Amino acid sequence: MKHLLSINDLSKVDAISILDTAQELARVSDGPMKKLPTLRGRTIVNLFAEDSTRTRISFEAAAKRLSADVINFSSKGSSISKGESLKDTAQTLQAMGADAVIIRHSASGAAQRLADSKWMSGSVINAGDGTHEHPSQALLDAFTIRKHLSKGATDLAGLRVAIVGDVLHSRVARSNVLLLSKLGAQVVLVAPPTLLPVGIESWPCQISYDLDEVIASVDAIMMLRIQLERMSEMYFPNAREYSRYFGLNSDRIRAMKAEAIVMHPGPMNRGLEITADAADGARSVIVEQVANGVSIRMAILYLLLAGNQEIAENGVSS
Amino acid sequence: MSLALPAPDIARALIRISHEILERNSGSANITLLGIPTRGAHLAKRIASAIESIEGTSVQMGTLDITLHRDDLRMRAPRALMPTVIPSLGVEGRDVVLVDDVLFSGRTIRAALDALGEIGRPKSVQLAVLVDRGHRQLPIRADFVGKNLPTSIEQSVVVHLTELDGADEVLIEGPLP
Repeated sequence: MKHLLSINDLSKVDAISILDTAQELARVSDGPMKKLPTLRGRTIVNLFAEDSTRTRISFEAAAKRLSADVINFSSKGSSISKGESLKDTAQTLQAMGADAVIIRHSASGAAQRLADSKWMSGSVINAGDGTHEHPSQALLDAFTIRKHLSKGATDLAGLRVAIVGDVLHSRVARSNVLLLSKLGAQVVLVAPPTLLPVGIESWPCQISYDLDEVIASVDAIMMLRIQLERMSEMYFPNAREYSRYFGLNSDRIRAMKAEAIVMHPGPMNRGLEITADAADGARSVIVEQVANGVSIRMAILYLLLAGNQEIAENGVSS
Repeated sequence: MSLALPAPDIARALIRISHEILERNSGSANITLLGIPTRGAHLAKRIASAIESIEGTSVQMGTLDITLHRDDLRMRAPRALMPTVIPSLGVEGRDVVLVDDVLFSGRTIRAALDALGEIGRPKSVQLAVLVDRGHRQLPIRADFVGKNLPTSIEQSVVVHLTELDGADEVLIEGPLP
């Protein structure tokens, strides 16, 4: 594995090995010494052409704990805002000797374009491309679900997970549906029909338009952010109505299974898709998701960068 | 391929090593055994149970994965990480005995010392190995050795343990020296 672009590139075995590696690396984050020498001398570039808080600092923290050098690069305050193309940016990074580029971009497929091009030779990690995919987020969600609910199993067989809200614009939802179903979980998407993408029938999941019908049957519920910046097209009449039908509140929390957990990829719109008491309640693992994100990203960087990829791909091993 | 150490010899060697560890440390009270996965971890378990049957008390035992500290990561395909389990009393102020199957270049043990330094500061660190095959590339030696096996650099030493491979044996593969 040289790049991480889409969950589709991972087999079930690959995905489980990332989760297992993250589990061992989580020990480092919990221990007194939070730094390992493993990626000393490697240069990792955070190329964020779209705003982000937790994904960027999470990748940065992960790279630094493995002793890599990190260069942060965002569209504001760089030549991207002067209109420099992705190609020229990539060639600049290549000339500076980047071993890996973590890219977030508003265009779906930007990471794939960068990986397929000959513009640079390093690894490419997709940190969210348009409305396409966000694989590291799905991996950290699967890691969080496994930690709480798998009872020692390595996969998620037999678990039922609801993903609620704006599936149409959500790269988190797409990556999660692919990964969770690959790991054996049953996924049900809950959203108003206007917020489901065309072609949803072909996704490996169930669909419901009624949150109250689903809520008592799930082991984990993942609330998606209503992307207010994309809500100009009247997908639902008003925020209050959305909140009543698809928001997570304390009544719905009480209807959930005893062990069930509440997740949100962040940033949250408190009072819209999730109420404050649901977000901060005993079932909520939202803050823990952020901590797990660092472990998962350490695992991704370790598996992509620590070994020799040529040997891995040609199958020559000692 | 030739048989260098049959099962009964392995059992005797581990019993002897257990006695030597106890003798050197005047008992098991301050000893922490740390096996290096995978086969070192199984050997540490066997030494721990031998020490327990000799002394009649339990001994601190765990595993220490050294993968993240290896100096040859870039020369090989990516490796899976193995579990590190530090026993309840930690390593601070303890007499830590590292346990591995084969001592060769010494690089694994160097990585183990680095990994250990990240967890704490032991009073002393000792090394027990089932086989010392020579060809050291670093100034490292074992305190407790099951058997010294003179080998040529072209040969490889293979350790099989019942827990993983169905039988206990040490084999030498490759051309004779």
